[in-house]
Amino acid sequence: MTELLVEPFTFGFMQRALIVSVLVGVMCPVLGAYVITRGSAFMGDALAHSVLPAMALAFLLNISPFIAAVPGGIAIALLMGYLSRRTRISEDTSIGIVFAGLFALGLVMLSKFSVGVNIEDLLLGQVLGVSVTDVYVSLGLCALVLVGLYVYHNPLAYTSFDPIGAEVVGIKTSFVEAILLTMLALVIVVGIQAAGIVLVMAMLITPAATAYLLARRFVGVMTVGAVIGGASAITGLYLSFHFNLPSGPAMALVATGAFGVVAAWKRRTI
Amino acid sequence: MRDSSRQSPRIVASSVSVEIGGFKALTGVDFEVEAGTLMAVLGPNGAGKSTLFGALAGTVPITGGSVTLLGDGARKGALAYVPQRDSVNWRFPATAFDVVMMGRCLNAGLLHALGRVDREKSRECLERVGLWDRRDALMVELSGGQRQRVFVARALAQEAVILLLDEAFSGVDVGAQEGLVRVLQSLRDEGKIVLLATHDISNLARRFDQVLCLNRHVCACGPPDEVFTSEVLEELYGSHGVEFARDPGVGA
Repeated sequence: MTELLVEPFTFGFMQRALIVSVLVGVMCPVLGAYVITRGSAFMGDALAHSVLPAMALAFLLNISPFIAAVPGGIAIALLMGYLSRRTRISEDTSIGIVFAGLFALGLVMLSKFSVGVNIEDLLLGQVLGVSVTDVYVSLGLCALVLVGLYVYHNPLAYTSFDPIGAEVVGIKTSFVEAILLTMLALVIVVGIQAAGIVLVMAMLITPAATAYLLARRFVGVMTVGAVIGGASAITGLYLSFHFNLPSGPAMALVATGAFGVVAAWKRRTI
Repeated sequence: MRDSSRQSPRIVASSVSVEIGGFKALTGVDFEVEAGTLMAVLGPNGAGKSTLFGALAGTVPITGGSVTLLGDGARKGALAYVPQRDSVNWRFPATAFDVVMMGRCLNAGLLHALGRVDREKSRECLERVGLWDRRDALMVELSGGQRQRVFVARALAQEAVILLLDEAFSGVDVGAQEGLVRVLQSLRDEGKIVLLATHDISNLARRFDQVLCLNRHVCACGPPDEVFTSEVLEELYGSHGVEFARDPGVGA
């Protein structure tokens, strides 16, 4: 038994994969708590897909995907936030237009230029391939997001619960929302390494939704979600190693399974 | 415009006009409210009640005239808003106590977590509205009237002296409306200004000191007995309003 648990981590790539997986598993639900309670799951999914052209560009220029994806993700997040407030078209429609257009652009870029990257890895995640630099950058970005979440906790909670009341007391709600979207973009970029563009959504909302069924208060949703997400990520990584499964789908399935079990046990609708 | 001398609060609105995308939501709204006033802002749906509150709070830009908060009312955080039911995200899991603590958010700098003083103040405010024993209930678990009282407690925690309650009676049964009005009257007695918007001409309107009848402009403003004439009610609600006022069982 011990061997089953220890053996994978005699490999350097598995140690790096473990660090990044746990980071993703913990950070996604912490942001996900805002995503599910604010009802912006579609925004999260769209953001993940829209990062594709930025990542394709990075591979094209042979630079770290982070260098393009971090500013690209933030820019797209802010653009989507702006469009959802300012246009006459409904929020989900304008997000959908940007999302589909950018995702298509990314796919065209990847197919047109041979960039030496497996599209499947980008879409579904390949945490086993992360480099030492990726690990450090991920740690740095997550630390930044944690600081942001701590500093902006009160205005973010106020704005999420009662946006008009928040504005009346002088909270700059559009600024606070831009901060939230920026943090969301950072966590998604980190999460794509482990779960991929398509499945980062599973880590973002599923453990947080499971936690929503278990915890009463918002901070409880964040912490319980982080525990469930971290556990799902580690379990998924083991399954991936021992059964030769792709790591992203394995983590997503464990997270979904956990939700199913808890939802069956506790019946409370979101 | 804000005058920050430390005196009793006062609101002066003179010829306030608000245009939203070419639509005249409010035109030439004039009124004054003194400290220690409980005022109902009465008008049908779409009369501009929320817009007026937004103009007073500074969240809706006014296109003409001016709103002046004077005395203690000019201080930062002096004005608090109790949202209408539809503008609150009830999916957000907050307990009654959490919501009252939000009122302390303004006092805490960005990097300061809320502390013991804030918790003590929040406790006092929840006790004040009679909901300390429900402090751990989630907002969704409370009745409409209790939710309104939690928001009033949040305004008190914020140390507000001007309270704006938007559509505070919708989804609140008559008995609970009475309870809410009693809490508001006690705040009025302390010298606070309380404005409550409602589209509902219930007999409760007579429990207010002043009634501002609004239908994109001020139809009438004054004590309820002077304001409730058939002309004003017709202007507000059409012929139904007049029939309602004639009903001898109402408003006695």
